[in-house]
Amino acid sequence: MSVRGTEIRIEGLSQKYPTRKQPTFNRVDLVSPPGEALAIIGRSGCGKSTLLHILAGITKGTEGRILLNGTEVTGPSPRWVMMFQAPHLYPWMTVTENVGVGLTFARWGKKEIAERVAEAIRLVELQDFAQANVQDLSGGQQQRVALARSLVMEPEMLLLDEPFSALDAFTRAALQKDVRAISKRLGFNIVIVTHDIDEAVIMADRAVIMAGSPGDIVHEMDVDLPDPRDRTDPEVQKLRAKLMATFQEAANYKKPEVSLA
Amino acid sequence: MNFAATPARQGGFLRLGQYALQRLAWATAGVSILAVMWLIAGYLLTSSPKLANYATFGLIPTMQAFPEMWEAGKIQDATIASAYRLGMGMLIAILIGAPVGVMVGRIKWFAAYSNSPFQFIRMISPLAWMPIAVLVFATWDGSIIFLIAIAAVWPVLFATAAGLAKVDPAWFKVARNLGANPVQMVTKIIMPAIAFDIFSGIRLALGVAWIVLVPAEYLGVTSGLGYAIEDARETLSYNHLTALVVTIGAIGYFLDTMLVLLIKRYSWHRGG
Repeated sequence: MSVRGTEIRIEGLSQKYPTRKQPTFNRVDLVSPPGEALAIIGRSGCGKSTLLHILAGITKGTEGRILLNGTEVTGPSPRWVMMFQAPHLYPWMTVTENVGVGLTFARWGKKEIAERVAEAIRLVELQDFAQANVQDLSGGQQQRVALARSLVMEPEMLLLDEPFSALDAFTRAALQKDVRAISKRLGFNIVIVTHDIDEAVIMADRAVIMAGSPGDIVHEMDVDLPDPRDRTDPEVQKLRAKLMATFQEAANYKKPEVSLA
Repeated sequence: MNFAATPARQGGFLRLGQYALQRLAWATAGVSILAVMWLIAGYLLTSSPKLANYATFGLIPTMQAFPEMWEAGKIQDATIASAYRLGMGMLIAILIGAPVGVMVGRIKWFAAYSNSPFQFIRMISPLAWMPIAVLVFATWDGSIIFLIAIAAVWPVLFATAAGLAKVDPAWFKVARNLGANPVQMVTKIIMPAIAFDIFSGIRLALGVAWIVLVPAEYLGVTSGLGYAIEDARETLSYNHLTALVVTIGAIGYFLDTMLVLLIKRYSWHRGG
């Protein structure tokens, strides 16, 4: 599997729902270099999820644009794949069929699909369940299938919308580490939206904090820690405390002046 | 037998074979009880001087009628004629019911507009259409096929729509995200997701269609199981009449069993 990351450039992105007075967020600018794991943290309702959906091309912004290696995002594409809170697997397909579904859409040959799928299943360590009914898997295993289904597309950018929030703490921790390790090995970008500070510290190279209404990026912090990261490591704890303090400070953030022009 | 616990598609048909055998055993036992009751009723008819004219309604005369009717080709001819009408009617019902059901399930405004007229037309007995059908269609076959289609379309349509309403909207989001085009969305996601519901609808539709077929064939046509029953009644060959009734029951049961197997095959629902 060969993948590389992409430069993500968000330019003056605004989003306003017609039914609401205030924009969700206003003129957001953000650049993420190829291969970076970026965490966007913020409270519910700050617009971080909307931002991710626009990145995925599922929702459209009202203003501004997103460039990936200079090409504007205008819709969904297998080049950037989103993983949701729930795995949303197809229950009539086996694990293997679920993982290969994107390649089937792209009309790949049977043999190539089989090879790529087997590799993706190995990456998420589900070899023993390749032919299983996905309904027989645990929540964590199902989310691994969803991860393999995304990885098999060899995306340049993997978008994660609080993907592990429904899992138990142990499974969550294992998957956070694995996703980071795989992304670093294959070199693709990660953009993860979360309200979990721990998740940001374990998974990201850089964390940006979104706050306010309309939402804006109020802080950013490099998460400069060696891999593999462990929650109990004092360095990790220290950075976590610092990020938490910044996050709390941001919670009281008020944008000085809002110009909607 | 717990089908849901079998891994998807793994040895599906083998399991179905075991299931069919078990079902056959139960069916044989149940039908035997029915046959004994019929045998007793036949005996009572024979032993009563008042009812002796109807003695050929009994089980034994009926069983004797089968080989002679088969040799004369009566059962085969009637079955083929009825099967053609049933098949065409069902085909039209499915070709209209399934796509329109998808529209009802997927398009909100279409569902809103169509609900009242559909419920209204659905409540009209299919046989009430008969005089209109006879006027509109040039052939008897045409009007019978129309009656079957209009009786069978509703269960297919509503089952399809209900199946689609239960579909997780995220399945579409994920498929779009992974690059599915609209055709693939139908063939790879919608169809397998609701195949179970469509087959359940077809099963219901088949029951209704089979019931409508026989009275529809009482009129006009000179072929088919309904006509053959009417003919047997007029010629007072009661054992032929009951043999045809048994044939109708047997074919209906066979078709229903086939559909139950299909439903099991395409069911991915758990705990069902």
